[in-house]
Amino acid sequence: MLLSMNWIEDFVDLSGLDKLDLIHRFSLATAEVENEIFFKGRDISGIVVAEIKSVEEHPKSKKLHLLKVDTGKGELTDVVCGAPNVRVGMKTAFAQIGAAIGDITIMPRDLAGYTSYGMCCSESEIGISDDHSGIMDITDDVPLGTDIKTLYAVDDIIFEVDNKSLTNRPDLWGHYGIAREFAVLSNRPLKALPTDDLTVYDNLPAVDMKIEDTLCKRYSTIKVENISRTVSPVNLRIRLYYCGMRAINYLADLTNYLMLEMGQPMHAFDARKVEKIRIKRFDTPFTFRTLDGVDRNIDENTLMICNENTPVAIAGIMGGLDSEIVDDTTTLTLESATFDAASVRKSTVRLSHRTDASMRYEKSLDPEMTVPAIGRFLYLLKQYDSGVQVVSRLTDEYAVKFPPVTLDFDQKFVDRYTGIHIDSDTILHTLTGLGFTVSYNEEQETFSAKVPSWRITKDVTMKADIIEEITRIYGYDNFEINTTRSPLYPVRMTPVKTNEEKIKDLLVKQFALHEVHSYVWAYNDELKALGIAVEPNVKLANATNPNIETLRRSMIPTQLCQVKSNVGFAPSFGIFEIGRTVSGLDENNLCVEHKKLGITLFSKTENVRTLYFRLRDMLAALTLDIKHSELTFAAAKATHDYEHPVNFNNVLLNGTIIGSMGIVHPVVGKVIDKKAAIVFAEIDVEQFAAEPAQSIVYDEPSKYPSIEYDLSLDIPEGISYADLKECWQTEGSGLLKNVSIVDTYDTDTIHRITVRFVFSSAERTLSSAEVQTIIDHITASLANKNVSIKMQ
Amino acid sequence: MDERILQLKAELERKLSETADLMGLDNIRVGYLGKKGSITALLKGMKDLAAEQKKAFGADVNKLKEFAAAEIEKKTAELKQHQIELELRTMPTFDVSTPATCRCGSYHPITLVQRQCETIFKSMGFTVEDYAEVVTDYECFESLNIPKHHPARDMQDTYYLENGQLLKSQTSAAQNAILRKYGPALIKDGTPIRAIFPGRCFRNEATDACHENTFFQMEGVMVDRDISISNLIYFMKTMLSEVFRKDIKVRLRPGFFPFVEPGFELDISCLICGGTGCPSCKHSGWLELCPCGMIHPNVLREGGIDPDEYTGFAFGLGLTRLAMMKYGIKDIRDLNSGSLKALSQFTDDE
Repeated sequence: MLLSMNWIEDFVDLSGLDKLDLIHRFSLATAEVENEIFFKGRDISGIVVAEIKSVEEHPKSKKLHLLKVDTGKGELTDVVCGAPNVRVGMKTAFAQIGAAIGDITIMPRDLAGYTSYGMCCSESEIGISDDHSGIMDITDDVPLGTDIKTLYAVDDIIFEVDNKSLTNRPDLWGHYGIAREFAVLSNRPLKALPTDDLTVYDNLPAVDMKIEDTLCKRYSTIKVENISRTVSPVNLRIRLYYCGMRAINYLADLTNYLMLEMGQPMHAFDARKVEKIRIKRFDTPFTFRTLDGVDRNIDENTLMICNENTPVAIAGIMGGLDSEIVDDTTTLTLESATFDAASVRKSTVRLSHRTDASMRYEKSLDPEMTVPAIGRFLYLLKQYDSGVQVVSRLTDEYAVKFPPVTLDFDQKFVDRYTGIHIDSDTILHTLTGLGFTVSYNEEQETFSAKVPSWRITKDVTMKADIIEEITRIYGYDNFEINTTRSPLYPVRMTPVKTNEEKIKDLLVKQFALHEVHSYVWAYNDELKALGIAVEPNVKLANATNPNIETLRRSMIPTQLCQVKSNVGFAPSFGIFEIGRTVSGLDENNLCVEHKKLGITLFSKTENVRTLYFRLRDMLAALTLDIKHSELTFAAAKATHDYEHPVNFNNVLLNGTIIGSMGIVHPVVGKVIDKKAAIVFAEIDVEQFAAEPAQSIVYDEPSKYPSIEYDLSLDIPEGISYADLKECWQTEGSGLLKNVSIVDTYDTDTIHRITVRFVFSSAERTLSSAEVQTIIDHITASLANKNVSIKMQ
Repeated sequence: MDERILQLKAELERKLSETADLMGLDNIRVGYLGKKGSITALLKGMKDLAAEQKKAFGADVNKLKEFAAAEIEKKTAELKQHQIELELRTMPTFDVSTPATCRCGSYHPITLVQRQCETIFKSMGFTVEDYAEVVTDYECFESLNIPKHHPARDMQDTYYLENGQLLKSQTSAAQNAILRKYGPALIKDGTPIRAIFPGRCFRNEATDACHENTFFQMEGVMVDRDISISNLIYFMKTMLSEVFRKDIKVRLRPGFFPFVEPGFELDISCLICGGTGCPSCKHSGWLELCPCGMIHPNVLREGGIDPDEYTGFAFGLGLTRLAMMKYGIKDIRDLNSGSLKALSQFTDDE
């Protein structure tokens, strides 16, 4: 919202004060002021009122005229002017030789053979409106030679407040409310608003008006006749223009002026069109043409202002085209009302139509304002159009009142909340300045503050709200800052958190994987390109992008998309992410969310077996490092179109399935890269974290030498290494300290591994005979499994 | 002296001088001193000598034997030394200016920034909490004093799900749960609530270089008997000075957020110009960094904590924004792209 310093100064005398400093303080105490401040009129000088005494055609130009203008100095000045609206006797704004307009200094200038000693200016050139259709037509009765800046309020400081920072302050949507803040900040009094005395019309007939729906909190109206003025006074137009509004006609301008001044939106109906005001909703939808000429669909939730049964305005949003003020309007019915903020908000969303009025109504305006606004409107109307006549009495229906709010608090409360001491005088002074009615009990150090009507609609309703009022004016820069005196306690992290961080560290530092982030929904287009179907799941209800409608059930499809986009990054790489997935809804219709670790490895240089085992080893290393336990794997059935049916394994920790690992299905894999090997794993981080870590059991190293014994085993099909393990559990196996595979040999028909057994005792040196006895037991057991043994 | 001894000695001296390698030297040793060596043979042949000759001959042969052993040892040391010198001389110079070929993994920049913040807060006694991404209307709005028709609930801002839940639009969605989790210990034992909760948030908006629908925030709360605005300013200033590793000036301005009262926008002195004004702070000297405030009494009450007994502050830090500021990331979309060209650069940063 743009604000005029001149306008603010109508209500508070700021003379002698640094305005920029005040604006800065306002920004820190009240609402955020945008950085750029506009100094209107600063680059304008030497422009005076002049009268055109003669107009001649330029002999060589159809557009140009040769003028003689009188600037009141006794002699006429020759001017060449291209404006179409020049006429003898017209008074206009004239930039004399030496005058400045922006960067330009006016000098004598040749225009097609004639010298112009100055320039007649349009309002746009002076910067007071966007009208550049012709030179300014000054109708005010002032001596020639009067500086335009003494005649009109060209000079002004305009600053902009971020609307977002006014969301909770309905009272700041007009200059008067802003002036109140400036008054408090500068410690100067706020002047009363001059208004028309409405009681004198009490004997006139009422306007036929009725609130039929309490979404209208208050409706005040009055009828005025005999309006003759059509164009607004220049100063009024300048203010509107500086504050970002265009002048339309006198009555419309005046309603806008009132809105910018008091924050109260008003609407002027042509009284011929609106005789029986009814405020209501309709049961059936219909189309309504607003004054901007747009047909809008009105539904049963939208509050309408009607002339009996004919809608004439969308309440709080915009008037209708048929009832708006036109050039021959001489009688108006004025609307000054308050509507339910939520209802206006919802209607604007439904209609996708936000207006200056609706923006204010959405903030929950003070219904107490409607009547003073009418008084103010009439005051201004009469000031500029003396013949107007009020023909009705103030007709006012106050359907819903906000209950008054009085807040009781004590000095201790303020001190505790602020952490500093702000004395009672400052508190009293601040609150009184902001319009609170405050009483103070010195003995008890208690305050009782009645909240002004313009603050109870929304933002000051409880004790904590008072703190903000006191502290923001006191100034946060003036706060002494202190640490707390709270006791200290050990900080414990959750297992999920500590596990998560360790997983990340290991994968990055030990396995050189890259951590990525992604989105929680499936990427429809990207998955389609890979030939992966989006798994049905909970959908977004209001996604604007159809590519992202379904929540993902697994991290892997997402990672395959990311692998594809990274194919050119390196011949081999691996990515991981700890992210979320959702596996449908539970019995309470709530999403079942999981925290998952996804890992995908890609390689053009290694075969799929090597890559797969590297992934297996990664998972094993994570578990060994974090849990001091060993993972187990169980062949499982692939259930997704991106999973290779062979080598799909469940991953188990302490017998619980915590995830799975597999190879990418060749159909998908070939789209990503024709030759690369791609493998993936997905682990449920919460399940992983839930498994306790085994404590470290120290095994004292034996002081006696150990004996190694290698066996080469030809393993028949259908037997896995895990199946062999029970063979080591024989008599004397307590001396077997370690078993490892030291070599493998594979052909189409042979699967051979060389297993190394390490034996040792803590008490003595073992003899080869006793080791041989254990080995004999082992080989006998292996023979039972049809494993043939080749001694080393 | 026996002719054979003199001859052998001369021969040995010649052979030693001709030998250039340890292998040849060993052959010489075996040839003279070995079991079948010529000196050994001389000793063996002594049995044929007359007794009076035996003594002198034996002494001479033993001298020769000692001489041979000493000479061979000397020559061995010489050759070994020579070999070391050769090794030293022939070692080529390596060009270490060639690019290193290390295999480095990388962390997501959000992880790095998040860890830095967590470390600071942990050191100040804050616990780190984690929270779901799919939440209820109650968690995200109602428990946070956001009335039914607040703009924050507008359909265009929040991703709602078919089942009526939503993707959390702010980390504050965890506030109620955290108050409820730690509230009992506060009330019973006086253990203050100190927690931060980083997390992913979602806003239903179009993405461009500055806007993302998925981003990270970190929320923090502290609740105890007499937590004040003065404390809030202290914590924010201390924490931010740690984050940016320099003394940061902070300033508060009123800011409206339904879950705090009073609410503030916190600005920090511009990191680039230090407050004198430059293009990156739009010449104001300040950067708007994080919303904060005193926890609204309704929010405390909803979390089972009596606002007349306890007060607290809350703040929200944009981790995504912080990461972008810290590393000069210009396009926010790089963060969720999975692009390793961008992300692999973040190896570690403690």
